[in-house]
Amino acid sequence: MSSQHILPRRTYFLVFLALEVLTVVTALVASIDLGAANTVVALCIAVTKSTLVVLFFMHVKYSSKMTKLTVILGVFWLMILLGMTMTDYVSRLWSTVR
Amino acid sequence: MSTLTAQPLSPQPLAPELPANHYLNESHGLKSWLLTTDHKRIALLYMASITLMFAIGGIFAMLMRLELLTPPADLVSDDTYNKLFTMHGIIMVWFFLIPSIPTTLGNFLVPMMIGAKDLAFPKLNLMSWYLFNIGAVVTIYAILSGGVDGGWTFYTPLSTGYLNSHVVAAATGIFIAGFSSILTGLNFIVTTHRMRAPGMTWKRLPLFMWSNYATSVILVLATPVLAITLALVAVERLLHFGIFNPALGGDPVLFQHLFWFYSHPAVYIMILPAMGVISELISTFSRKRPFGYAYIAGSSIAIAAFGFVVWAHHMFVAGISVYAALVFSLMSYAVSLPSAVKVFNWTATLYKGSISYRTPLLYALGFLGLFTVGGMTGLFLAALGLDVHIHDTYFVVAHFHYIMVGGTIMAYLGGIHYWWPKISGRMYPEVWGRLSALLIFVGFNLTFFPQFILGYLGMPRRYHAYPPEFQVWHVLSTAGASILGVGYLLPLIYLTWSYKNSPVAGPNPWGASGLEWQTQSPPITHNFVTTPIVTREAYDYTGIPAPALAVRSEEEASTYVS
Ligand code: HEM
Ligand SMILES: [Cu+2]
Repeated sequence: MSSQHILPRRTYFLVFLALEVLTVVTALVASIDLGAANTVVALCIAVTKSTLVVLFFMHVKYSSKMTKLTVILGVFWLMILLGMTMTDYVSRLWSTVR
Repeated sequence: MSTLTAQPLSPQPLAPELPANHYLNESHGLKSWLLTTDHKRIALLYMASITLMFAIGGIFAMLMRLELLTPPADLVSDDTYNKLFTMHGIIMVWFFLIPSIPTTLGNFLVPMMIGAKDLAFPKLNLMSWYLFNIGAVVTIYAILSGGVDGGWTFYTPLSTGYLNSHVVAAATGIFIAGFSSILTGLNFIVTTHRMRAPGMTWKRLPLFMWSNYATSVILVLATPVLAITLALVAVERLLHFGIFNPALGGDPVLFQHLFWFYSHPAVYIMILPAMGVISELISTFSRKRPFGYAYIAGSSIAIAAFGFVVWAHHMFVAGISVYAALVFSLMSYAVSLPSAVKVFNWTATLYKGSISYRTPLLYALGFLGLFTVGGMTGLFLAALGLDVHIHDTYFVVAHFHYIMVGGTIMAYLGGIHYWWPKISGRMYPEVWGRLSALLIFVGFNLTFFPQFILGYLGMPRRYHAYPPEFQVWHVLSTAGASILGVGYLLPLIYLTWSYKNSPVAGPNPWGASGLEWQTQSPPITHNFVTTPIVTREAYDYTGIPAPALAVRSEEEASTYVS
């Protein structure tokens, strides 16, 4: 395994701190009405958080190309699930008679 | 014998004897089995588990066929009938078809075919078997404590809000068994990447390896989605969170999207390994390299990939957008292309081959015809207009049984017969084998062909009573199911019998080319005495003596030695 890379403890604390801050931001943003942007903002924060976890806590940043490729493939495949499901929801009303 | 060169390999002895030491007699006692990490023993453990589950699912099927013998509802109540088809579906899909080939033939053969001692994670492999059994026990608990209804598809909001049967228990069983699937898939992927013997390049992998690799990718990617979806069902049912039930603010079509995002790829989990078996059988029994090796291998990967973008063909009449439906219909047509590539290549492999009609090939030929019918009728169903008429009718039931039973189970049985000499060290009885293959083929068609007609005439699926004019087709179907039942019972009996009584097989009774045939039968625990070094291409028959064998009698043997 190439994941022998040892990170300084400081990195972990910083990432942890970032996650905490973002959690607080999520909670605060939820109390402000941004209209259509509500979901977008919440999702952006969530994606940032999960990216931090994957890169640092799961060591993907320091792993082999194969591991990185696998992660990217997984995300791509999740996009298929979400994207193609949305084709249904987005276009459902296109054909209703106006 | 460690180096495989193009020189003649040692010929199969005419009267082989069982080797003194092999994986079956390496250690004894229940504990040596229950704690084994030998992939071959785990394969046999899995075989026992899924055979039991198949029997339970089969009993439910027979009860349904008996009820349907006559038009009125007489044998069982409507509630009981609902439970029968639900439990039949759950058991057959998750506790037989999904694990069937990967966990038995796959577990046994994946390491052997690439010249490895075992899978990459032997302990995870054992854990997978335990998880499977725990899942099975939980599901059986759901059955014994009153059963579950609503269909194997768990459609919401019926399953989350309105059923009073053991939905959560059954879903928990499936959830747990799902982890056994993930572990098997992970194990196969890592094994294929990391454990290949020197010289075993990707292009030299047997086609069975390619299809199991593709299957494993689906297992790892898709199964978690099923797990999450079933968990959401449990959350809505127990805690009344509005996820799928519109009355609580949820969206029922979302459930169908999530469920079929797993379950369409899942049908390829069932058929891809079967296709791998068929590639091996057809090559060995026509003694030819499969026509278009690269295309058969590539089409497995293409099926795994495209299989993920067709799921909404199960939802054409569920109120989805017509534009989305159009895309999913088109993609469904596209996914049939790689399947067709395989069918044509298998047929071309047979062309001018040196064919011997042994039992495994009979099963393979049965597969070829039945899978083609199943696949073609899939195209009928993927047509937006026609599907409105035949959706949720017996036409759909016939379609997927042609593929799952006519395809996967034929391949599974063909594979069991083909590798039985390797697994047990002895031949199966040829005459009985051919008889069972024939019975199954005839019984199968008699059971399921009438269901195409019934469906076209408008008989809906999941009903236990019907108008009298449909009766003749139902009678035919029930008659066929009885023949099918006998056909399945036979191999169970004669294979058990053959384990002690049949002639000894020897290392390579078929004159096959795979690495698994270059070691003794049954193999030693570590498969090969020394790690083989591969210098031959896959399916290179030069120098491999034609089968001298399957010595059932001196006389028959003489017809094979020329
Ligand atoms: C050749 C490619 C295939 C196509 C185009 C296809 C198409 C379809 C379509 C459109 C349906 C939905 C019918 C309806 O509910 O109205 C369907 C149902 C089904 N198919 Fe296929 N199919 C294909 C291959 C397979 C394979 C390989 C399997 C199994 C190994 C399979 C198993 C099923 C099952 C289980 C259902 C019914 C699920 C249910 O509603 O309970 N199909 N197929
Ligand atoms: Cu499908």
